[in-house]
Amino acid sequence: MPDRVAIVGVGHTQFRATSPGVSYKELMFEAATRAYADADLDPRRDIDSFVCCSEDFSEGTSIFDEYVPDQIGAALRPVHTISGDGLQGLAAAHMQILTGAFDVVAVEAHSKTSNILTPHHVLALALDPVFVRSLGAHPHFVAGLEMSRYLAESGTSREQCGQVVAKNRGNALFNDAAAYAADLEAEDVLQGEPAFWPLSRLDISAPADGAVVVVLASEARARALDVEPIWISGVGWCSDSFALDSREWGTAAYARLAAEQAYRQAGISNPRREIGFAEVDDTFSYKELQHLEALGVFRPGHAGLATEEGATQLDGEFPVNPSGGSLGVGHLGEANGLQKVVEVVRQLREEAGPRQIPDVEMGLAQSWRGVPTATGAVVILSRE
Amino acid sequence: MGLRRVAIVGAGMTKFMRRALETGRELSWQAASMALESCELTLDDVDGVVIGTGPDCFDGVHMKGEYLSDGCGAWQKPVMRGYVGGGTGVFSPIQGWYHVASGLFDVVLVVAEEKMSSCHPHPQGAFLTIFDNMLERPLEPNLIWIFALEMQRYMAAYGVSKRDIALVSVKNKRNALDHPCAQVAEDITVDDVLNSEVMVWPVNRLDVSPVSDGAAAVVLAAEHVAKRVTDKPVWIDGVGWHLDTAYWTNRDLYYPKYVEYAARMAYRMAGITEPRKQINVVEPYDPFSYKELHHLEGLLLCDKGEAPQLTADGVTQRNGDLPVCPSGGLMGVGNPIAASGLMKVSEIFWQLRGEAGKRQVPGKPTTGLAQAWGDLMQVGTVVVLRI
Repeated sequence: MPDRVAIVGVGHTQFRATSPGVSYKELMFEAATRAYADADLDPRRDIDSFVCCSEDFSEGTSIFDEYVPDQIGAALRPVHTISGDGLQGLAAAHMQILTGAFDVVAVEAHSKTSNILTPHHVLALALDPVFVRSLGAHPHFVAGLEMSRYLAESGTSREQCGQVVAKNRGNALFNDAAAYAADLEAEDVLQGEPAFWPLSRLDISAPADGAVVVVLASEARARALDVEPIWISGVGWCSDSFALDSREWGTAAYARLAAEQAYRQAGISNPRREIGFAEVDDTFSYKELQHLEALGVFRPGHAGLATEEGATQLDGEFPVNPSGGSLGVGHLGEANGLQKVVEVVRQLREEAGPRQIPDVEMGLAQSWRGVPTATGAVVILSRE
Repeated sequence: MGLRRVAIVGAGMTKFMRRALETGRELSWQAASMALESCELTLDDVDGVVIGTGPDCFDGVHMKGEYLSDGCGAWQKPVMRGYVGGGTGVFSPIQGWYHVASGLFDVVLVVAEEKMSSCHPHPQGAFLTIFDNMLERPLEPNLIWIFALEMQRYMAAYGVSKRDIALVSVKNKRNALDHPCAQVAEDITVDDVLNSEVMVWPVNRLDVSPVSDGAAAVVLAAEHVAKRVTDKPVWIDGVGWHLDTAYWTNRDLYYPKYVEYAARMAYRMAGITEPRKQINVVEPYDPFSYKELHHLEGLLLCDKGEAPQLTADGVTQRNGDLPVCPSGGLMGVGNPIAASGLMKVSEIFWQLRGEAGKRQVPGKPTTGLAQAWGDLMQVGTVVVLRI
């Protein structure tokens, strides 16, 4: 049984609000081609298994796994989909390699949300069909309620949430793949059009199209390749209750439990000190703060303060979402997690250009599947 | 290969039925709790959960895995939903296998559920949305059309008659008379099949499995746990899956090459070199009568085009040399898509443990195989089990 698994290739498209010139298959092809070139691997010869992450309703096609193999070089090969976030797919690939039966596994996720005329109508179909959907509400109301609860429990202010938006969209100015880079102040966010109170329109990440492919390899295989392997030190994933009435609201239990699983594998007891930086889910501004507390990076109620003090800035003590996050890059649906993985890999390889964080050895990527789910995943990556 | 050994230690399933009054979450829990009780474990013993379920459009619930998760016992646990269309039911224990074989999990609960009856007026409508949205959907094809094409190609390639194929329906529906969960068990004749309503020629009504609701579950455990929990662990010795190109119109449908590739992968892992001699009992996927024949060939359990003769000779009967679908299969027990695949894995589990009751095949089988198939005649999933 191999001890360790490494990321040996990453590839992605530009992330853009719309992509009228290409289909999802072309987005997947571009990301896959780049990832295979990055790893210098031939998918038809060198890759043993493929995992794609997608949900039927987001694609407008039932049994969507039918349409994944050809454009990533996977026809007539072991391929399966995960109806989940890319980080869950990465966890699946990680396990496949740990069994010893596979050496190299590729993971793919994409977003083509611009094809969906009214995404919130699709999302509403994820609400409990009997008890919640019948309210007829836009599903983001769940986030508004949760934000209220989080602000009340943690003593975090809307201003601090606004600072998350300003930071992430600012970071995106240094990421030419990002769709929503902007120079904003927290005050702009607070004055933004009211959405789902206390969220303003600018507290909510906007959708973007794009695809990401990540290639994983066993230790022996990774060492034989001419790339700098980035090691997977720990992976965790977890779901709290799907039912809105029986889950935790103030804190993100799913992120806490997923992190505990990942930290146990990685032998991490003090994440803030041992991990250099993180890409965490920021689908909504407050989520970055709630997630950082669930991950144990900051004590409950302290992520907002740390943000205010600049600790999570690119040049801060613990940079968070150097890529720009979902607020800056765009919300990529099931590809959110893999976009974050790519950023952590780029930072650890010192390939992050103008947004490079100096001297980082270990990073964390965390994802959340968005409302109305309570599902998230965590991966710890390191250079050694 | 030095892989960490993984065993099935418990199994459970609901009745398969046309219109369950239970929600999908309730069906899932019925199967999950039965599987846990069968090996005297509780949710506290479960480290992780794998969910298998088919298209969200049956229930009209987006992210159906999230919706089902509580019912599958996944509350505050690592849970994942793998998905390969109709192949999902046999893929879900494969996914459970890699959870445990990775060394990260000791006990994994695998639950497969399907509730097709929520789809009105008929779940066939849901299948209109599986086709390529530019090239195929304008033609408004449905599933029975494309399987009729495949059946016809299979018949033409080898000169197989509808009468040869009808024997599969007769056998499986009769086998299902002994299954307490069966939905469409019947004692019928070949003529009954041939005289049933033509759906899309050459497919008659009695060549097709029914629309069903139901759930099935198995408990997987690492070797050290399995040996503590039961004195009859059933080992998952080989797994395989392959997905062929989406451009199904470019393939010759007479033979399921993806099933052969999946089988070869599983055989290699299980050290099976002569499947016809080494496999004692088999549950190939039989949503249509001809598919059992097609799959027996793809699994290399007989020569190409030979499966109809095997069936006519009685080799595939429960007391034959190679019992095929002793459960009654999808044709007899029913076809709640993902659940029916896991039902097949459960049947092999019970057969190898000698717990299949009236369905028990003679001769104390030691090696069995379950297989499923799905998508656009495109995916094969195979599990080889040993006791």
